[in-house]
Amino acid sequence: MRAALPLLLAAACWSPPTAAQEAGTLTVFAAASLSRAFEELGGVFEHARPGIVVRFNFAGSQQLAVQLEHGARADLFASADERWMRYTEDRGLLAAPPRLFAHNRLIVIVPAGGSIPVRRLQDLARPGTKLVLAAEAVPAGRYSREVLARMEAAPGFPRGFARQVLANLVSEEENVRAVVAKIQLGEADAGMVYASDASGNAAARLTLLAIPDELNVLASYPIAPLRGARAPGLAKAFVELLLGIEGRRILERHGFVPAAREGSVAPAAAR
Amino acid sequence: MRGAWRLPPLAERSAGPPTALRLGGAIGGGLLLLVLGLPLLALLLRVEPGRLLGRLTDPVVLQALWLSLVTSAAAAALVVALGLPVAYLLATRSFRGKRLVEVLVDLPMVLPPTVAGLALLLAFGRTGLAGRAFGLLGLSVPFTTLAVVLAQVFMASPFFVTAARAGFRSVDRRYRDAAATLRASEPVAFLRVMVPLSAPALLAGAAMAWARALGEFGATITFAGNLPGRTQTMPLAVYVALQEDLELAVTLSIILVVLSVALLVGLRSLPGLAPADPDARDQGR
Repeated sequence: MRAALPLLLAAACWSPPTAAQEAGTLTVFAAASLSRAFEELGGVFEHARPGIVVRFNFAGSQQLAVQLEHGARADLFASADERWMRYTEDRGLLAAPPRLFAHNRLIVIVPAGGSIPVRRLQDLARPGTKLVLAAEAVPAGRYSREVLARMEAAPGFPRGFARQVLANLVSEEENVRAVVAKIQLGEADAGMVYASDASGNAAARLTLLAIPDELNVLASYPIAPLRGARAPGLAKAFVELLLGIEGRRILERHGFVPAAREGSVAPAAAR
Repeated sequence: MRGAWRLPPLAERSAGPPTALRLGGAIGGGLLLLVLGLPLLALLLRVEPGRLLGRLTDPVVLQALWLSLVTSAAAAALVVALGLPVAYLLATRSFRGKRLVEVLVDLPMVLPPTVAGLALLLAFGRTGLAGRAFGLLGLSVPFTTLAVVLAQVFMASPFFVTAARAGFRSVDRRYRDAAATLRASEPVAFLRVMVPLSAPALLAGAAMAWARALGEFGATITFAGNLPGRTQTMPLAVYVALQEDLELAVTLSIILVVLSVALLVGLRSLPGLAPADPDARDQGR
């Protein structure tokens, strides 16, 4: 018993580093909204490099930044906004400057065949409409409130529009996926999420209302290699794949707008 | 004590356990206490007491605290009221499907709270099994304070029912028989004999259920959502604060720990209801 206990403790402490120390594992911390696109990209990456495994940790950008600050080990960090990337940069966690790889628009989602129809953006302010947004600490939540402020200033929207809409708020979710789930389940009447969250399978039970470009907020997704990475070579290759033609195609398919190419780096030319 | 069988005092027994075992036990026990205690200590040391007091009046804290106290008290009351008959039945009767009822009652204790929240949503949500019927009455449960209480009841009930069942079971059968001989009807025997005799267990169970309701997070955020003043209880406020304001998160956490400790200690040591001599309760029937 006494001999087993230290051994057990040692084993418990020892196993995670070995898993990560394998040269063949790339660990990517990425914003929850990237999960489907990055999973597909990871599949392509693994397919081209037999024996290599890509591990993802998808969560809210703010959560990932805090995890990294407190010593979580990863090779890459992809954030849903520049704020949380800057947060990690300010704490000296990055091995190289971040690079922009995609943009995302916001979109209003409504349950397909919902009982309280929200047909126009103006309907969001109608009393009794149950609205779900991401919490203000989450990038998508901040953008949502920004879009509402822009709508209020635009012609065709009444004064006090943003306030009226926010009065309909029934829940501030901790990430965008939770907003999508509440609408898919038909529990709320409208939500605001990234266009990428309402693409593919997720769109099945949703009706989408586009937000015009002049009222929309373009979320920017930066990615950066992390200090103390265990697989810096793989990290570099993953970023190149992401910025290349294939990466752009996958991002586009999942509702993202690939970032304008960086002339100096020209990653796509390599292919 | 009516000839209860007792372990002989320690000194009368033959030599104690071997030193090695005793040492191992001390190390193991010490480690566990360290694992349990250190995080609480770290939490308490994180914020200066002066600053902590200053943040107690933060509207976020007050709102979440009030909501947590009201909802968890309501949930605890409901759990006791609805759990008493179930626990009594399980302790005193055998019936078909008893196993099933026991599993059903215990299940929330091991179920991931998020699963519970999703299940509640699918049952009582607007498009859920029972939710549709509620909708006809103009009732909508999700995103309301009622949903918070419901989630808490769901998660906390096993803690009370388990304790109450054990309490009722440990009441000597002869007391029940005596009550029956005196022609006390079952409800009267239940109220005058069973409840007073198992009061310590009932109180301990109620305290556990109340504390569990106070700490409920996963089912609440999934089923009731997160809106300050309406559904944002203390644990949800901690989670949200953690993303922006660490000091606020720590303040909320400390309050939650203090409240939970107070509940666990307080309800168990109510004057006049101190647990009876354990030997008297533990003896066989």
